[in-house]
Amino acid sequence: MELIIAIIVTVVGASTPILIAALGELVVEKSGVLNLGVEGMMLVGAIISFIVLFTTGNHYLAILCAAGAGVMTSLIFGFLTLSLSANQTATGLALTIFGTGFSALAGQGYSARPVTLLGPLFPAELATHPIWRVLFGYSALVYFSFALVFAVWFFLKKTRAGLILRAVGENDLSAHSIGYSVIGVRYAAVAFGGAMAGIAGACFPLLLTPQWAERMTAGRGWIAVALVVFASWKPFRLLAGAYLFGLVMTMELYAKASGGPLSVIPAELWAAMPYLATVVVLVLISVRRDASSNAPACLGRPFLPAN
Amino acid sequence: MTLNRRNILKAGVAAAALPLLGSRAFAQGEPLKVGFVLVGTINDNGWNYAHNQGRLMLEEQLGDAVETVYVENVPEGPDCERVLRELAQQGCKLIFATSFGFGDSVIKVAEQFPDITFEHATGYMRAANVGTYNARFHEGRAVCGTIAGHLSKTGKAGYIGSFPIPEVVMGINAFVLAARKVNPDFTITPVFISSWNDPAKEADAARAMIDQGIDVIAQHTDGPAALQVAEERGIVGGFGQGADMSAFAPKAQLTSIIDNWGPHYVKTAQAVIDGTWESKDSWPGLAEGEVEIGPYNESIPADVVAAAEAVKQGQIDGSFNIFSGPINDHTGAEKVAAGVTLTDAELLGMDWYVEGVNPPA
Repeated sequence: MELIIAIIVTVVGASTPILIAALGELVVEKSGVLNLGVEGMMLVGAIISFIVLFTTGNHYLAILCAAGAGVMTSLIFGFLTLSLSANQTATGLALTIFGTGFSALAGQGYSARPVTLLGPLFPAELATHPIWRVLFGYSALVYFSFALVFAVWFFLKKTRAGLILRAVGENDLSAHSIGYSVIGVRYAAVAFGGAMAGIAGACFPLLLTPQWAERMTAGRGWIAVALVVFASWKPFRLLAGAYLFGLVMTMELYAKASGGPLSVIPAELWAAMPYLATVVVLVLISVRRDASSNAPACLGRPFLPAN
Repeated sequence: MTLNRRNILKAGVAAAALPLLGSRAFAQGEPLKVGFVLVGTINDNGWNYAHNQGRLMLEEQLGDAVETVYVENVPEGPDCERVLRELAQQGCKLIFATSFGFGDSVIKVAEQFPDITFEHATGYMRAANVGTYNARFHEGRAVCGTIAGHLSKTGKAGYIGSFPIPEVVMGINAFVLAARKVNPDFTITPVFISSWNDPAKEADAARAMIDQGIDVIAQHTDGPAALQVAEERGIVGGFGQGADMSAFAPKAQLTSIIDNWGPHYVKTAQAVIDGTWESKDSWPGLAEGEVEIGPYNESIPADVVAAAEAVKQGQIDGSFNIFSGPINDHTGAEKVAAGVTLTDAELLGMDWYVEGVNPPA
């Protein structure tokens, strides 16, 4: 029992940054923009949050600044792809390379500095019993990620602004012709995605391991991008997917540490599992044509109105 | 140097002329340019940090006679070949490749640049212009294992490994052999994370092991993430790897193995300058000061420190070798007979676990 609780707590930790980053990317893609720079924006968020936390000691300020840094980084991408109509795939990849390099540069001199993790949101008395620990034992970032799932779902499905955003992603020319600012909507979506990627990056030094290390996101931004496709652009499916990925990543370690039957699966296969799952889902989606892939019709295409 | 046809021709002519001049050609005038290829960043507080400290010592001791460059974050694979070639073309005459996975690339590129000296850390493949060097970290791990055997209450330790290569397997075996000399029931479970540096995964691996009852963590990955988890959970402790990591875990770090590569770098560069370098394997340890034991945590009882020091001194004066028989493998079958000591070649090819290791699949 204790072990199951411990596993759940670790899975939640491992899943949270992926979930937050993927929800941001989901909104971006729903507006018809493909931003492959998630990994880079996460790294920028990670180092900025670390620097702010190290200098001020304030965890919440660190999260806020990480979000701001994510927005700034994403706006570089926005300017290039939306205002200058640069190729989104290439620009997104370049953004990851930029974020990796920038975070390494900004992080010089910060790697030997320990900080403290963001503590649980609720008072410790609430989380003394293991069962309660599963509910009340997490930091604010975890509850934020849950709230974000509902917020994104509510925004996309229930609000007028969400409808406009989806319209822009499905048919930019029609949205444009009835008077909506396609570029404006997409800028807002890209900025939101950047903020979420920044906060996702802040999860690393604040939630997972209290230090700065270059490339400490170690490819989880790419898992977030894959997860959006895996979830067929649906927030609740994305929640399930993020926890599935987190579970696989964590179970790998628990299985190996137990030395039990699960450890028979080779480490490399465990590591590849999230990606294998994505491939399987992509194949299933393309086989079930009637259900449609749910991908926004304008995804990745620059908006070039005739006049 | 920009890469254009003229420069390539120049480089080609220079390369062709060098054998005529002989290796003393470097001795006069120009400083010896030394390149370092690092798998991670020099700020990792571990493996790569230690190599960079060695590089700084080289600069300090040989002064104007050398000039050094380094490239960080080079992935093990085709990228390493590109970096090695680039360094060669920049005029490096001595190149240190400091990660096991660089081996194939080093051998390949060394064939194309016969006038350049390469040294590969922790490798096993040599050529006329490729030497290998390593440090006997397992001697340090035997000291750590002794401490673990004394202090662990559950008798179970975890070991976060990168890849199950001989260098890592050797360390696990040395650790558990030493611990079992103190506590014959001591066991260790290695968890390989398929990366040298993924702090979040290292931390999660540490959590997974602690949740399953281990109370000592050792590691063979580059950063302090596991020690931070040990500190947070308040277990008995762990050991720094490559450098003193006590800043990250003042209570949990029991001691650390410190890599001291500087003397080797100075010696090798001097040999290249003098024209006396030859391809060989260099594998010094505690006795030569290339492996050091960091400060012991104040919380460790004096008798345990004394036991650890005894193991350390025994290895320095040669009276103690952790890989002397009898040694059983993990199934309990005798692998090394009493009175027999494993040779260096056997250690470098070590692909089996000793008794007490719960082997990974």
